[in-house]
Amino acid sequence: MLMNNPAGKAHVYGDNIDTDRIIPGKYTKTLDAQSLAAHVLEDLDPDFRQKLTLGDILVAGDNFGCGSSREQAPVALQTAGVSLVIARYFARIFFRNAINIGLPVMEIPDHDIANDDRLEADLQQGTVRNLTTGKTYQAAALPPIMFRILQEGGLVNYLKKYGSYQSL
Amino acid sequence: MLTTAEKILSQKAGKTVRAGELVVVSVDGVMATDTTAPSALKAFAKMGGQTVWNPDRCALVIDHAAPAPNERIANLHQLMRDFAQAQGIRLFEIGEGICHQVMVEQQYVRPNEVFIGADSHTPTYGALNTFACGVGSTDLAAVMLTGKTWLKVPPTIHIRCTGQLPPHVSAKDLVLFLTGKVGISGATYQAIEFEGEAFAQMSLAARMCVANMAAEMGAKTCFVHPKGLSLPYEFEALYPDEGATYAATYEFEVSDLKPQIAAPESPDNVGDITPHLGQPVQYGFIGTCGNGRLEDLQAAAAVLAGKRLASGTRLVIAPASRAVFLAAMNDGTAQTLIEAGASFITPGCGPCVGSHEGVPADGETVISSANRNFKGRMGNPRAHIYLASPATVAASVLHGYIANS
Repeated sequence: MLMNNPAGKAHVYGDNIDTDRIIPGKYTKTLDAQSLAAHVLEDLDPDFRQKLTLGDILVAGDNFGCGSSREQAPVALQTAGVSLVIARYFARIFFRNAINIGLPVMEIPDHDIANDDRLEADLQQGTVRNLTTGKTYQAAALPPIMFRILQEGGLVNYLKKYGSYQSL
Repeated sequence: MLTTAEKILSQKAGKTVRAGELVVVSVDGVMATDTTAPSALKAFAKMGGQTVWNPDRCALVIDHAAPAPNERIANLHQLMRDFAQAQGIRLFEIGEGICHQVMVEQQYVRPNEVFIGADSHTPTYGALNTFACGVGSTDLAAVMLTGKTWLKVPPTIHIRCTGQLPPHVSAKDLVLFLTGKVGISGATYQAIEFEGEAFAQMSLAARMCVANMAAEMGAKTCFVHPKGLSLPYEFEALYPDEGATYAATYEFEVSDLKPQIAAPESPDNVGDITPHLGQPVQYGFIGTCGNGRLEDLQAAAAVLAGKRLASGTRLVIAPASRAVFLAAMNDGTAQTLIEAGASFITPGCGPCVGSHEGVPADGETVISSANRNFKGRMGNPRAHIYLASPATVAASVLHGYIANS
């Protein structure tokens, strides 16, 4: 499957953004993704939803998505219109959850992306171009199985297609 | 020369695997809660799932918002009940307890297994020296469908604690201390092995308290070495090879450890309690997969016996399971706590995750035996949460300010 390459404006936040800040536990008990999106990041930045344009890119520092295993966190971001999350590195459950639901994530340990920079990612190459500064960043390569899952648009599609995990 | 993680995953993969390798492994058991199961069941259906791979090793637990506070959550619970009935899998009803407590108590997880739980505190089963790993809903659905998951074999951090903890310094104080040292992301993508005299003397409950907070260090899984572990059934005590390769090693002598506290808004914001003594608190909470067990309630009761909570404070207690609650009733612990002014609520996660009962008010300071104090954690981003041992929580609501006796 051909993956759409994310492109959009950067919204930059700091380190250790936990899943309670991404989507507070009080909102997580639902199957309605829109109701999750309505509250995404509200305790971190109450204006986030207003600032966000469909396809924009969330950029963070270290350890993005630490805390709970709630898959509602990447679902909330994806449903709100975030097309890609870039961090210096991610907490592992968030990282898996994002790929499993088809939300691209890229680990770029040395990025210096600033708020409102225009970004363009190439998921196949694992690169991000900063159109504002002209810089290009190389992301850490995804494990091959995660790349395959992302290519299929998530783990549901992957397993619908293959029935089980293919050999690694 | 293999670590515990490498040993267990090698057994499950049918070949020797080492840190950094990707493996597809057979999974022994899975569990999901009312936060994660509804999405998992939806994903399972979308994957084309008809029947789960092994109904005897799948469990669903209604613990995060139990009993249901509103119709939306009631309907999610019903979805879980219907699925469990249709698939012939065990559903733990409201009041049976917190997923991690009932999995261990009812022997849904045993030593030396690979267990996948749709809850981030699944590494709590490291108390049993099992490879237990938290995942999200779709990953969980995939295991329910295939009986397998893929994992990267983690490198391991080795934490040795020598010496005996002083009296009135508990496993919670120790694991808070370690969380402060390792940091909230210090063990990300890695396993932790806890080893040494301080752990060898611990009860199963205390080991669970330690393993529970491996998640707060970012760990994928953890193992408390089984030396001194006593279980109500026979098991093989598995140890890492001598000379196994560790990514990092910590060593602490803990016989002089002071009571610890994590200040808002991160569980690794830890230090000795001393500078916080006297800080006013309005609300104490004892419970959770961290510290809701009988010995935790007994520690609180020892502080509060024959006394009354300070005016202007309240104490909420959620036993970790029905079995814990019954034991606390049978030995008088519950009565002691209630006479002191505590409110008991349904065994389960209680106010920890802010889904239902026990939400703090704006500007209030909470002292809790839970494992997370992120902003908004208990349902109100304008409350401040400190984490401490059950004895410290009890002493603090007794006085109306942070205290440790």
